[in-house]
Amino acid sequence: MDSATSDARAPLGATADNGLKIVVVGGFGVGKTTMVRSVSEIRPLNTEETMTQAGESVDDISEVRGKTATTVAFDFGRISLDTRNVLYLFGAPGQERFWFLWDRLFSGTLGAVVLVDTRRIDDSWYAIDRLEHHGTPFIVACNDFGGHPHTPQQIREALDLDPHVPLVDCDARSRESSKRVLITLVEHIQSLYAAKGAGGAEAAEPVEELIR
Amino acid sequence: MSRPGRDDAPDRLYTLTGGRSRSAPDTPFDLVTLVVAECDPVPGMQSEHTAILRLCARPTAVVEVAAELGLPVSITRILLSDLLAAGRVSARHPRKAVHNGIPDPDILEQVLVGLRNL
Repeated sequence: MDSATSDARAPLGATADNGLKIVVVGGFGVGKTTMVRSVSEIRPLNTEETMTQAGESVDDISEVRGKTATTVAFDFGRISLDTRNVLYLFGAPGQERFWFLWDRLFSGTLGAVVLVDTRRIDDSWYAIDRLEHHGTPFIVACNDFGGHPHTPQQIREALDLDPHVPLVDCDARSRESSKRVLITLVEHIQSLYAAKGAGGAEAAEPVEELIR
Repeated sequence: MSRPGRDDAPDRLYTLTGGRSRSAPDTPFDLVTLVVAECDPVPGMQSEHTAILRLCARPTAVVEVAAELGLPVSITRILLSDLLAAGRVSARHPRKAVHNGIPDPDILEQVLVGLRNL
């Protein structure tokens, strides 16, 4: 919903009590922010997180001031799903240093959309590898830049993508299209869960195993 | 676009948090924990605390607080921990944890319904 006023803040309802996360991962210029904006009820906001690569055990300011600090910026939007559930959609850079912060920022995330520019497919390989490593369910969405059309099979091969991972085309500028991508992701997560069946209690098994 | 915190002297950020670079080991604040103010700002309060209490008159996620304040998430978490410890805010944590990518099926269904209704 576009706000006609200059007030960018649209407060949540007083009953909102459950925040959820979905992450859109992709290289620079692939359309992450565009996708977030197209479905968000607020103007996308930007923030950042800093952490030393040494990890959680470092608690000394002299260490933090050292040269190994990792800073990543990310933007996000928001979708109020109902009176209680609020979905936050994060646009996250896929570059290597970002993954040091994945657990800290995105633990508990429902899943991820890997947004791909088919003219630069190789940029996305690393993100897919890392998501598999973290056991995060994901789908791949190809943003339409009007480049050379690739067949789905070509894209799957270029990304070394498992046949069970959904691959969809999208137009990140379109609210309907972006909404469709998110629905595809959640349906995919549901099917992973269903595959696990009644044995869902032994949740220690990595999702990666389920996909293969 | 301003990049919150990036161009600030680190000293400023550490001053905000009384020299701490991290909150308690088991900081309860997720990025999407919804924070609600439980009192109005009072005179003499640290200006960041005042800003947070104003922002959180309605439920506001940790990441929104960070963005609005122009502070890194880690610093925001420390400020929020102080306010929580003082009883000045309450925290509505994400209701169901996702275990190894397998979330609660009821929540998934609610997400789908919400998305389809967009």
